[in-house]
Amino acid sequence: MSLYARITGWIVLLFGLSYFALPLLGLTEFSLKARRGVYSLDAYAKIIHDPEFQATFSYSVAMALVTIIMGVLIVVPTAFWVRLKMPWARPYVEFITLLPLVIPAIVIVFGYIRLYNTSSWLPLTGSVMGTNLLLAFGYTTLALPYMYRAVDTGLRTIDVGTLTEAAQSLGAGWATILGRVILPNVLVAVMSGAFLTFAIVIGEFTLAALLDRPAFGPYLQRIGANKPYEPFALSVIAFAITWACMGLIQLTNRLSKHTKAAAR
Amino acid sequence: MSSAPIHRRLPLTWLGLLPFIIFVTLFLILPTIHIVIGAFQDRSGAFTLQNLRDLNTGTIPSSYWISIKISVASAALGCLIGFGMAAAVTFGAVPRWIKAPLMTFSGVASNFAGVPLAFAFLATFGPVGLITVFLRNNFGIVLQRDLGFSILSFWGLTVTYLFFQIPLMILIITPALEGLRKEWREAAEVLGATSAQYWHMVALPILFPSLLGTFALLFANAFGAVATAIALTGSALNIVPIQLFAQIRGDVLGNPNLGYAMAFGMIVITAIANVLYIWLRIRAERWLK
Repeated sequence: MSLYARITGWIVLLFGLSYFALPLLGLTEFSLKARRGVYSLDAYAKIIHDPEFQATFSYSVAMALVTIIMGVLIVVPTAFWVRLKMPWARPYVEFITLLPLVIPAIVIVFGYIRLYNTSSWLPLTGSVMGTNLLLAFGYTTLALPYMYRAVDTGLRTIDVGTLTEAAQSLGAGWATILGRVILPNVLVAVMSGAFLTFAIVIGEFTLAALLDRPAFGPYLQRIGANKPYEPFALSVIAFAITWACMGLIQLTNRLSKHTKAAAR
Repeated sequence: MSSAPIHRRLPLTWLGLLPFIIFVTLFLILPTIHIVIGAFQDRSGAFTLQNLRDLNTGTIPSSYWISIKISVASAALGCLIGFGMAAAVTFGAVPRWIKAPLMTFSGVASNFAGVPLAFAFLATFGPVGLITVFLRNNFGIVLQRDLGFSILSFWGLTVTYLFFQIPLMILIITPALEGLRKEWREAAEVLGATSAQYWHMVALPILFPSLLGTFALLFANAFGAVATAIALTGSALNIVPIQLFAQIRGDVLGNPNLGYAMAFGMIVITAIANVLYIWLRIRAERWLK
């Protein structure tokens, strides 16, 4: 590697890294400036005691958990069934799960609003509970590509056929096989899909805003327009949550590698 | 075992996929089809191409044009910078241990579009942002006045989008760079090629499908981004997702079917970009076994 290439490499890398570091630095610095002249945590204290923050944040957390449960209930049996009985269908199922990356979220929710309005055959947007449900379905759809890929990768590492036959010969039904044999074996994969889903749902804006639900994303956007420092403190919190989720994914992946290495 | 029982069981095997099929039909396929059909209907439900023709009226063409320009600019810069960073860590210009944390970071940042990202850039390049104030106090440079840069503009949005575009590029192109065999470079050198010739005649032609494919993916990624744009510019910048957002909220175009047509246009553009990505990826994988 020539000196010239080395220097270029360093310049490009440092340029890139400072591009990533500066906004995070700027954001954190700004969020601490609520008190004139000194750095303080005033903005954070204010935001944490804001009842609307508490309400929207817990709403989004609840939404994320519901989404994860729905995602697991739909993806795990499907990926399992495809691996076990219909391997030829795998490319098609995988293609469908990737569609939410192709069709913009705003288009999907547009379809929901028109398809499930009060005068339709399935008037989900007519009631609060129905809209909540629709939002959870929407999030499950958005998380589908990540969840499916995570679970399918997990299933690849275990012998689905043998495990199923062993469980069946011991008299287990499908629910037992899925819940007590397959799921524990792909738990690490499910967890990494779940953390990613959590990170996506917590800050999601488009679906929640257009379905008019009191979620964290729209709240953040709304107070951004009329509060000076609080939205920046909130953004720091949102960044921290995303980072924590991604850190947990790394951790679970690493743990799984260790257990697998030990098993061998 | 004969094949007869399998044939008899085949219709029932489908049932295992039924929950999945019902779910994606109801919450992915049908809503999308509804939009696509609506784009070709008039108010009474009869078939028409008028909506697509009407896309060429008012502010719609300009919003598509700005969206496409921002997507192209952020995809091109994202490819360029991401490629540089990936190359720096892959070819050993910088210490090897940097690579793993960079990949982890890229995994996070590529998923981090949205409202908080907009605030991070406002806090940095906004009117009272960290960099803005620093430049003004220490160098007397006013971003907006002297450099013509505003975070609420075309370039402001492009610079913000780069925060998730560059990491996506790094994530996708690094495996491709790792697939470049040492032997190819050595073979080129033995034949007397300079470094520039190697890149120009060997490495770049091999990487070309990957590069172009990733460009298409980054383009689609930027084109569909809604939250960052709305939180950053409000309705100051007239891009397609913002206009569609306003249309869904309050029918600002005064014609619901024109809204469908706008959404249909978005699907067409992101679909073309994604098909291009998949096709080029398949071509690129020939070399990366």
